[in-house]
Amino acid sequence: MRKLGAVVGVAVLGVALAGWMRPTVPGAQGGGTISGKVKFTGAKPAMPKIDMSEEPKCKAKYTAAPPTEETVVVNANGTLENVFVYVKSGLPATYKAPAPAGPVTLDQDGCRYHPHVLGIMVGQPLAIKNSDGILHNIKAKGTKNRPFNISQPAVMTSDRTFTAPEVMVPLECNVHGWMHAWLGVLPHPFFGVSGSDGSFSIKGLPPGTYTIEAWHEKYGTQTAMVTVAGTETKTADFSFAAK
Amino acid sequence: MTASRAGLALFLALVRFPFPVSRLPAQDTTKGKAVYVKWCAGCHGDGGAGDGPAAAHMLPRPRNFTGAVYKIRTTASGQLPTDADLMRAIDDGLFGSAMPAWKGRLSDAERRDVAAYIKTFSSFFADTSQHVAALKFSSEPSGGTGATALKTGRQFYDSIGCRKCHGDQGRGDGPSAPTLKDDAGFPIFAADLHQSWRFRGGGGAGDIYHRLRTGLDGTPMPSFSDLIDQKFLTDEQLWRLAQYVRSLSPLEPPEVQDVIHAPQIAGPVPASPDDSVWGRVGRYWFPLVGQVIRKSRWFAPAVSGVWVQALHDGHTLALRVSWDDRTQSPDSAWLGFEQRVLETVAGEDSASPKAEPWPDQLAVQFPRHIPDGMERPYFLMGSETDPVYQWRWTSSPRKSVAGLARGSERFDTLPGAVAGQARFDHGEWRLVFTRALATPDTANEVQLEAGRAIPVAFFAWDGSSGEHGSRMAVSTWYFLALDRPTPPGVFISPVLAMLVTLGLGLVVIRRAQRRGTARVGR
Repeated sequence: MRKLGAVVGVAVLGVALAGWMRPTVPGAQGGGTISGKVKFTGAKPAMPKIDMSEEPKCKAKYTAAPPTEETVVVNANGTLENVFVYVKSGLPATYKAPAPAGPVTLDQDGCRYHPHVLGIMVGQPLAIKNSDGILHNIKAKGTKNRPFNISQPAVMTSDRTFTAPEVMVPLECNVHGWMHAWLGVLPHPFFGVSGSDGSFSIKGLPPGTYTIEAWHEKYGTQTAMVTVAGTETKTADFSFAAK
Repeated sequence: MTASRAGLALFLALVRFPFPVSRLPAQDTTKGKAVYVKWCAGCHGDGGAGDGPAAAHMLPRPRNFTGAVYKIRTTASGQLPTDADLMRAIDDGLFGSAMPAWKGRLSDAERRDVAAYIKTFSSFFADTSQHVAALKFSSEPSGGTGATALKTGRQFYDSIGCRKCHGDQGRGDGPSAPTLKDDAGFPIFAADLHQSWRFRGGGGAGDIYHRLRTGLDGTPMPSFSDLIDQKFLTDEQLWRLAQYVRSLSPLEPPEVQDVIHAPQIAGPVPASPDDSVWGRVGRYWFPLVGQVIRKSRWFAPAVSGVWVQALHDGHTLALRVSWDDRTQSPDSAWLGFEQRVLETVAGEDSASPKAEPWPDQLAVQFPRHIPDGMERPYFLMGSETDPVYQWRWTSSPRKSVAGLARGSERFDTLPGAVAGQARFDHGEWRLVFTRALATPDTANEVQLEAGRAIPVAFFAWDGSSGEHGSRMAVSTWYFLALDRPTPPGVFISPVLAMLVTLGLGLVVIRRAQRRGTARVGR
């Protein structure tokens, strides 16, 4: 009986461990959530207009207003877009998550990158799409990942993967010097990017205490400590000030 | 059976995988370090970061080895170079840059050891998960110099956007060219495709094809291999593009000849740079180097050389100078680039240099008198006591003047004129100076006598690279020779000589025969 109890105990523990260690992917059910908003204070900097007269095909896509650079995008509600928020530390050393087979897509449309800031897991394919059908080159300037530079002179998609965690890998087009994007490469799926309402959300976290870092291309980084247990949702707000 | 075979294959794959394909035998990084410290660190820095004492004067900058990012490879973009790639750069140098060829200066073992040492600057080389394999390159399809092949190549030059950076005629003057930076943020020129002898990895069609496949990592030049993989173009079409690019440069790298021959034509000499006569006159290449003798020195000359042609009609000399220059300076589109060049290439001025809209300039220099011996004035703009006679042209205001230079600081315009006509065409300046052979001011203006060796030197400035004053590209002294029309005697005398020789020969034979007959008769 005692023996049986021990076996059952080990089995329960094993199942629990397996459940706890089961890799989670963004949007997966269960686990904790960290969400929040990225506020912006101070004067909203004016972004330079982009002169696309060399590329009529791209220029034609901006009928309402001429395109501007996206270094700082302040939303109507006073929040900051394009902030990469991710779990910097706190996961158990043994934590492992397989890379999703599905790709993350980076689209070159209207001579701009969509999205401007994105995250990806180590080993997950980055589908680099050229919707413009004019020459773009895409250069990844990682230092922990091998940098590369490939040409896309037509409507086409090229897949590339990244081998090492790196926040951030700068991406750029040299034909169009204004085209910049930022790619966060992580060994886990716990990241988000602040959207057009300034909010982000990181889901499916195992219980634990985490260092969350918010990264912005101009304003640098901020961190917060957040503890989550069970399936609760914790809030972590950040605030960046104009420089 | 199958399982054990699969196991064996897996074992072999695992055993083989960690080793780069072309690992060289017996490399000694300790000895390599000694070689590196002695020969390489001056430019590449003690820590391999491309920041040696000489680096600040260079454009392009020496390679930073710590990132293990190399331009000239046989591997896919993003991959490490093979050992053979590193050895090639060390052995042959990188053309058009400050990196010399070390084959012949260092022993085989020294070069292998230093290659091994260079790899220790980056952890990527020790990372056995890095895949290093030379791409499989096809061999060059024939017919690459034919009109059809070149037409195909040109079509792809346009359709895949080469012109965006390299320009319509390939002189590195495309609309994106002024914005280009390398991965370290330094300004970088799109290659001038008319000077294949300066291509870092070699100027052959095969070299160009390799660069199209691999890209030049760390620079804006991407790899075009995905286009072949995805069947947007065929391997042969990429070869045609390489062959077209090759066709833009001379078949052989230009050889420097000391004497410019100016044939005499039956008047009048062409004053226009685009006169069809120039197509029938031999051209001479003169390399230029940065002016590094006087302050402020200039280590990054934008104009690498000039092509010179000359003609005269017995009264007037026409001298045509053509050179590649990406910009018709001043050009506001290049002011940002100029600022980055000035910030990158360290000068001796303490004040931070500011980009200004300088014009392009060219100077042709002569002594005031044709010397009888080898004595010539100081090549670098003469001196106070022994000035030189110069023609100076500027792009803005567009004018040509003649005058005396007494060192690089002082230039006194002379009343005697020189005419200059210039045309800027897709990254090339073509300039014709015309002047009477004989002028009234014989004291100051060189009298251009036919049949004499007239010393001549050249100077060029690209305003959009921040060049002005002593920041310029210079040549040494060469010679200009105005050919005399060939006198008719030149053609008649050999015939006469032959006839005389023949006649004399006949006489000798006759005599010999006569004597022989006489002897027999005796």
